Amino acid sequence: MFGLANPQRFMSFTGPLTPVLWVIAAVLLAIGTWFSFVAPGDYQQGDTVRIMFVHVPASTLGLGAYAALGVSSFFALVFRHPLADAAARAAALPGAAFTALALITGALWGQPMWGTWWVWDARLTSVLVLFLFYLGYMALRSSIDDEARATRAAAVLGLVGLINLPIVKFSVDWWNTLHQPASLLRAGGTSLDPVFLLPLLLMMAAYTALFLAVWLSSIRTEIVRRRVQTIRARMALDA
Amino acid sequence: MPDLDMSPYAAFVWPAWGISALVLGAVVARAVAASCKWKAELKRLEEDGA
Repeated sequence: MFGLANPQRFMSFTGPLTPVLWVIAAVLLAIGTWFSFVAPGDYQQGDTVRIMFVHVPASTLGLGAYAALGVSSFFALVFRHPLADAAARAAALPGAAFTALALITGALWGQPMWGTWWVWDARLTSVLVLFLFYLGYMALRSSIDDEARATRAAAVLGLVGLINLPIVKFSVDWWNTLHQPASLLRAGGTSLDPVFLLPLLLMMAAYTALFLAVWLSSIRTEIVRRRVQTIRARMALDA
Repeated sequence: MPDLDMSPYAAFVWPAWGISALVLGAVVARAVAASCKWKAELKRLEEDGA
């Protein structure tokens, strides 16, 4: 695992892996979408239950991507490893996109079921804070020209944001929220009916494969970008 | 066969799926475009003998 911290080894390992992940993501998305619309409507929620198949994976990956960003930030800050910094940077945009999708699809589910697009309850607010952490991370990185300083500042912010992850996860248990408690990952097993569990798991797997494909591809791009910058700097010195 | 009649919630279900497809498509397109751009730039520099 630590052998992959070498950028060259990372590039040769992920070169053939990334296209495989793109294909897996595309196939799982197609199958997951099919099963999402084959499943019957819920007896209480009707067809709005189909929003769950895009909302829950987006929320999960929004959290997962931030965990990747935070752990990578730790390695970037402590070990000053350029690959860790590239990994943190590459997780930010897809993570922000997944979190934005969780907020938007949540609002579209909330309006017909709760009668409101938004409430300032603990779950919704903590996910909004997560989204703001992503925006802050990306804004901070792009606002500092010196890459070393940008890396350190962004890594500190990335680490601070990790505090929010357990708050998002357990907000529905710690506070009285309009958002329902966990029904998939909870003590005592899932409370979901198998007809909804299959499409949900397929879509979760599809979103995970998609995130991994985008993440690895973006880390590889970041390595290439830095190589280009090094070559340009060397050429400028030689000139 | 898939059931595509979402009434009376079509105004909520389809936008949720549509926006998801749009945003995920944009994320993928951006990652692929950035990858192509920097690979092409590296190739150009290497061909220039850098």
